[in-house]
Amino acid sequence: MQATATKTAPILSTRDLWLEYSNRRGTVKAVRGITIDLYRGESLALIGESGSGKTTLGLSLIRLLPGSGRVRSGSILYEPDGRTQDILSMSEEAMRRFRWQEIAMVFQSALNAFNPVLRIWDQIYDTVKAHDGMSKQEARKRGLELLKMLQLDPERVIRSYPHELSGGMRQRVLIAVSLLLNPKILILDEPTTALDILTQRNIIDLLRKIKTELDLSMVFISHDLSLAAELADRVATMYAGSVVEIGPVNDMFYRPRHPYTVGLIKAVPTVTGDYRELFSIPGSPPDLVDLPSGCKFHERCDRATKRCHEEEPELVPVGDGHYVRCFSAT
Amino acid sequence: MTMRIRALARSLVLDPLRVIRRNKMGFAGFLVLSFILLLSIVGPLFIPLDTKTKIDQIYNPPSWKHILGTDSQGRDIFSQIVHGGKDVLLVAFLSSAISSMIAVTFGSLSAFLGGRFDSLIMTVTDIMLTIPHFPLLSVLAAFVKFTSPVMLAVLLGLLAWPGFLRALRAQVLSLKERDYVQAARVLDLGLGHIIFREIMPNMMAYIAIAFILGMTGAVYSQVGLIMLGLVPFSGHNWGVMINLAWTRGAIFYSGSMSYILAPIAMIALFQWSMVAFTRSLEEVFNPRLRMGQ
Amino acid sequence: MMKEQKNTADARKAAADPVIQMDQVTKTFPWGGSILSRRRTAKVLDRVSFAISKGEVLCLVGESGCGKTTTGKLVAGLLNPTEGRVLFHGADIWKMDPQKFKAYRRAVQLIQQDPYASLNPAHSIFDTLKAPLVRHGIVRTQEEALSRAKELLQTVDLTPPDDFLFKYPHQLSGGQRQRVSIARALTVNPEFIVADEAVSMIDVSIRLSIIALLSRLKNELGVTFLFITHDLAMARYFAWEGRIAVMYLGSIVEIGTTARLIQEPLHPYTKALLLAIPEADPEITRHKQTLPVRSLDIPSLLDLPSGCKFHPRCLFFIEGKCDVEVPQLTPREDGRLVACHLRSA
Repeated sequence: MQATATKTAPILSTRDLWLEYSNRRGTVKAVRGITIDLYRGESLALIGESGSGKTTLGLSLIRLLPGSGRVRSGSILYEPDGRTQDILSMSEEAMRRFRWQEIAMVFQSALNAFNPVLRIWDQIYDTVKAHDGMSKQEARKRGLELLKMLQLDPERVIRSYPHELSGGMRQRVLIAVSLLLNPKILILDEPTTALDILTQRNIIDLLRKIKTELDLSMVFISHDLSLAAELADRVATMYAGSVVEIGPVNDMFYRPRHPYTVGLIKAVPTVTGDYRELFSIPGSPPDLVDLPSGCKFHERCDRATKRCHEEEPELVPVGDGHYVRCFSAT
Repeated sequence: MTMRIRALARSLVLDPLRVIRRNKMGFAGFLVLSFILLLSIVGPLFIPLDTKTKIDQIYNPPSWKHILGTDSQGRDIFSQIVHGGKDVLLVAFLSSAISSMIAVTFGSLSAFLGGRFDSLIMTVTDIMLTIPHFPLLSVLAAFVKFTSPVMLAVLLGLLAWPGFLRALRAQVLSLKERDYVQAARVLDLGLGHIIFREIMPNMMAYIAIAFILGMTGAVYSQVGLIMLGLVPFSGHNWGVMINLAWTRGAIFYSGSMSYILAPIAMIALFQWSMVAFTRSLEEVFNPRLRMGQ
Repeated sequence: MMKEQKNTADARKAAADPVIQMDQVTKTFPWGGSILSRRRTAKVLDRVSFAISKGEVLCLVGESGCGKTTTGKLVAGLLNPTEGRVLFHGADIWKMDPQKFKAYRRAVQLIQQDPYASLNPAHSIFDTLKAPLVRHGIVRTQEEALSRAKELLQTVDLTPPDDFLFKYPHQLSGGQRQRVSIARALTVNPEFIVADEAVSMIDVSIRLSIIALLSRLKNELGVTFLFITHDLAMARYFAWEGRIAVMYLGSIVEIGTTARLIQEPLHPYTKALLLAIPEADPEITRHKQTLPVRSLDIPSLLDLPSGCKFHPRCLFFIEGKCDVEVPQLTPREDGRLVACHLRSA
């Protein structure tokens, strides 16, 4: 499955992207030199813990950065049909059209993403109104269609207020709204976190369905390995603002090479399957304001050598489409 | 041990000072407030009050000898300003202390005990809130002889607590459901510990700010009452000065403007300094900010 | 087989001398109520019974809003039951004399979910640990308090303790705060700990180390656990030799030894839950046969379904039975308890 996905051309790429923002304590180096491709029709999972920079990276793909955020260097290229657009150099007006029409994002908190005093229809209409080319009737038709596709009772839901819907329903409405303008890429930030398990299962199945039916490319941002195991063609593990390992899903789960990926997989219990000893990674995730020297993982790594303290490794290939940022893996 | 003492000194004196300085507005307020306190409390020890009537010096404009000029009886205005602050500050402080004490005690008890006690307190509070204070004070002034600033402070304090109590009760209600308060209950640390060690420290900023705003309220009430002549207590006081300047027609002479403006300016400055200072207080009580992180 | 028999025997022993026992506990909360609307009640727990014996682990598993946190608070004595009794070594905690109640308070401790809310931001770690030590006369002097606090920090792997003693919560990471919370619970040498979603807000890479710490308390200090979680995989891992109770809308639908319950879930809800869980293993998770439910909507606690509360969602729903009769938690020969008409028929 992943082999075919990697053979297509990239639709979205970042090139040596460096992002930072300021908080009270100083400069947060949230994204440090990320070069990553999203191929047409694939699902890419960005897996990382708090402070790995995964959300900042996701937001930067549609150029939504925190107030104090800035791009230090690098580019984000969108290549839908042979021509190339640099997202970072687009005008504000062009960007406004671009969002939702080309790349849409489903934000983490499904409740806060809605205006509580507007009915779902108003939220749908507001999203469409900002972009030209769709009449009120068309918008309604499209909205009902998408709600139906996401297994919601369209006529009832479109008349509801957000608080009248359950968490799972809101999440599905949010996905429907993001698809209104037929984007080619969908970015989902923790799409199943905080949902009940039966609802999670439903959302996962629906995402699989809309991806094939609408021919989407998807990026998942999550701390949850099981989401990647369910949906991703390729998985990237992020640590301290950079990608430390990326590869096809089976390689990542069954032949992980970076000690951090190995550690993460060993730290998550499964409910079926045999009992296996689990391990945690010592130490805590790094502070993006005050990063360690050399390889950012060396303080928590049992394979760390003197070189790891001094020098940050590059992302190097170790297999077909499988790259690792670690001295000991090569 | 010396290390601990030094640490204590740091956390009680140096750190708050550093934090106060970080907020410019708050620091300015702090400086002005300190100046006014110094002037009103220490000033009278060095600057004698000018009580002698000098008919040849009525309404003199500011000069080197009288930097704020002289009043309707030729007395130095500056010395009156220096001596007139003490009572204003005393009434403000005392009245706010009384109202804060009532609000904190009954507000937190109300939130903690709940049930009938809570209903009773809230009913009384609501009734108190609906009584118009100024007219009530004016009426009371007709019956009660205000011989001392303390009496005025007590009366103002007894009327000023309801708003504060309601807000404080709401705070306690929210704080008492915090996880760490529940942990303290499970650890059986006792109601005293929970109120004074778990909840109060997280309300100190709020209480301090409410206390200071209570002082500003008390200043307005007392000066208003005195200026209108409803509380005819004698002595030297910024309020009395305004009252005298007003009743003796100071507003009609250009040379006498400082007689009425000086106490007004002092009151305004005092109020502003307190409000500005509250900006720093929040940071002082927040350990996150205090530790400089 | 041998192990199962042993577990059954253990379960019987547990019923004989439990540390904590919930006896038909119902908890309702008033909801709304104003001049315009009638005051309603939400039935958060509905006749919940279970017993946990010394050294045992019981995992309470359920989805958000099923009443598992309320159960934890009832066991920890933070709430009192509307009906039924919470028993500590056989005595109703709300009818104890003050002396006994004090002993209960010290014996049963709570570890909460949110490490950012469970520590008072105004206190240093030392102050947090010192308060219970002093209050209960466990230490007499400042020096004793210091050395005991250091020991506790060492127990929870915050080493060297001097690096942490005088820090404030905001200076620690989530995992470190959770360790402080655990150390705080240990100040009073509890024999029973309620761990309410104790790792769900901790980063994945360090979650296991907290679980390992709790396991150590269980094995080395003999602490008995009520481990509350929404994560069946974590429940299975922590309660490998213990029992799991599955809760749905305020009722326990199934209790059994971990291995049996996971291998062969008997209640349709347990089954649906197990089959729906996304797993961190692509081969396993993509080839799972899931069990669909009839509806994804979770009924409101204000308006619970008649009969079996799961019937509007259950695939095996029998009309005229499941929507009429409330199924009772019935013991089966393998020691498991299930509340389902399919199983009792």
